[in-house]
Amino acid sequence: MFAVLIDQFWSLTIAGVALGFIYVLISLGYTMVYGVLRMINFANSEIFMWGTFGTVITSRDIFHYTQTSEPATGAKLALVLITSLFMSMLVAGLTAVFVEFVAYRRLRMKGTNRLATLISAIGISIALQEVMRLLTDSRPVGSPRVLEKIILTEVWGANIRLDTVITIIAAASIFFILERFIKLSRMGKAIRAVSQNEDAAKLMGVNLNRVITTTFLVGGLATGAAAFFYITVFEYTKFNIGFTMGMAAFTAAVLGGIGNIRGAFYGGLSLGLLEVYASAVLGTQWKAVTVFIVLVLVLLFKPNGLFGEAVQTTRA
Amino acid sequence: MKIRNYWNLRDWGADIWERANRPKRIAIAVGSVILVGLLPFAGASFLATPIAAYDAVLVYPVGIFVLMALGLNIVVGKSGMLDLGYVAFFAIGAYTMAIMGTTTGLNTWEIMPFGIGFAMLAGVILGLPTLRLRGDYLAIVTLGFGEIVRLVLLNSSWSKGPNGIANVPMPPDIGPLKFKLDDQKVFFWVVILMILLTIWMIRRLSVRRPGRAWEAIRQDEDAAELMGVPTLKFKIWSFTLGAAVGGAAGVLYASKNLFIAPEMFTLNVSILILSCVVFGGIGNIWGVVIGATILGYLPDRIRFISDARLLVFGLVLVVVMNFRPDGLLPRKKREKVIVKKGVHA
Repeated sequence: MFAVLIDQFWSLTIAGVALGFIYVLISLGYTMVYGVLRMINFANSEIFMWGTFGTVITSRDIFHYTQTSEPATGAKLALVLITSLFMSMLVAGLTAVFVEFVAYRRLRMKGTNRLATLISAIGISIALQEVMRLLTDSRPVGSPRVLEKIILTEVWGANIRLDTVITIIAAASIFFILERFIKLSRMGKAIRAVSQNEDAAKLMGVNLNRVITTTFLVGGLATGAAAFFYITVFEYTKFNIGFTMGMAAFTAAVLGGIGNIRGAFYGGLSLGLLEVYASAVLGTQWKAVTVFIVLVLVLLFKPNGLFGEAVQTTRA
Repeated sequence: MKIRNYWNLRDWGADIWERANRPKRIAIAVGSVILVGLLPFAGASFLATPIAAYDAVLVYPVGIFVLMALGLNIVVGKSGMLDLGYVAFFAIGAYTMAIMGTTTGLNTWEIMPFGIGFAMLAGVILGLPTLRLRGDYLAIVTLGFGEIVRLVLLNSSWSKGPNGIANVPMPPDIGPLKFKLDDQKVFFWVVILMILLTIWMIRRLSVRRPGRAWEAIRQDEDAAELMGVPTLKFKIWSFTLGAAVGGAAGVLYASKNLFIAPEMFTLNVSILILSCVVFGGIGNIWGVVIGATILGYLPDRIRFISDARLLVFGLVLVVVMNFRPDGLLPRKKREKVIVKKGVHA
């Protein structure tokens, strides 16, 4: 039972860290919106799904790569990857702003009950998913292989592949940049102020609407970046992939302490590792069950998340 | 005399009801039940659904949705706990029916108590540790529970995994009323009976101690606890009763559909049922009934736009929630006053 785990420990760990960083970025979309609005951004999974199509469209329709064409190299490779990344972030960011505008804004201004907002968000996420289903004829869409998955080196019997390395390094830097943005910029300060005390922030002259739109935008950008890395590693997307990834990322956000940005980091990484180890030990089909059971246990014994400080006290 | 607002359907209906005396009320109630009971015969009218069989649509989704929405309303509407895993109880009821129906010689009505019992047991098992949590955290735990139940069904051999269980027996005939696959009127009448029983149960409970305790918990849990309401106990009761209704719906569904598989019990069902509750008017029985009827019926009615129907469904949710955030028929602000009047009349 544990033979596989011990045998392939290091390659599993590397895969887990890469998956973990994808979760980290998606869970930013949940955690930031939760921090500001105290509400689950239900449509974030569909924002992620739309983001994956941003990458596919860039490599397939802008750079005309096909399933059979040669992978890119050198400067061309960098150009395609960076354009794809920005395209994914752009698509996801705009979708997030759109979601805020259509599903959240009016209800928030009216100050109505939270459930109505939740259902409204569910409605918009059904609509987003259906639009994509109609556009793609319910078919899975393969992404052309732009980046050849070269094995760079071998460490303790584990193959280190180029796409995993890129994912880990780039995702970590994007997370770091966003974290600095929240911590240091004027807008970031405003976001933190609103998440600590909305009324006080308003009295201090913070433009609430702008802060909330920006929060959705930044969350969307992070989710879009995650979508790009997802495509780089898995090279496949479909109109309904959002759900599984969104659920896992949300679990990660809660695991780390929702509303807490550093919590998303720890939560995402531990969930990625946990998922990979659990599927090695128990089989892939029990992976999600393990994740949920861990989540339930964490919530029961440490409701603020494993690594988070209490949501109400500090947030950074 | 206040000017009647014709757009306010709830007050309009309540007005008629309050002014009626006892025989008139009985007439209204019996009349509307008969009217609803005759619905399967209206298949040729504008109500007909273009592709799916009309009488089958009335049973599932419409009837079963109404039943489940009423059950979920006990949890979400009455006591204010957000449950995103309601489908689990539906699944437990359905699988109880499927497994016991195919392995033992019992019929649907004999299995019904078992289905309800297992669902309630699951409600207690889930409720005891988790109901100390609140708000969004409770939502996530219940969501996780719903997924766990589905994944266990999907990956276990006793539930036949992803293949599902086929040849679930139909209910035995009740006198001259025969259950048939191509004519589901009798199923529809059974669902109506179950819905009426559920409504009766909720109304009885609402005006008594559990109802008052739920109302107190919904408004302010800490205050309720301080006033001596054993909140955990009543929360578990609310959860368990909701589970019982879900389980009953599951038993009937399995027996009607003759085949069940784990993919029928995804998170989407939970979300859809929750949408029915909130869309119709959370906490208000009639609102929930109307919401579930519309949301169950709409996707099949608009099949002529075939592929885009779920898209329209999503947009309808957004638009209605934006313009009527309390649902189509919101709960009364002062339910208690109305109840008192009802007693005196």
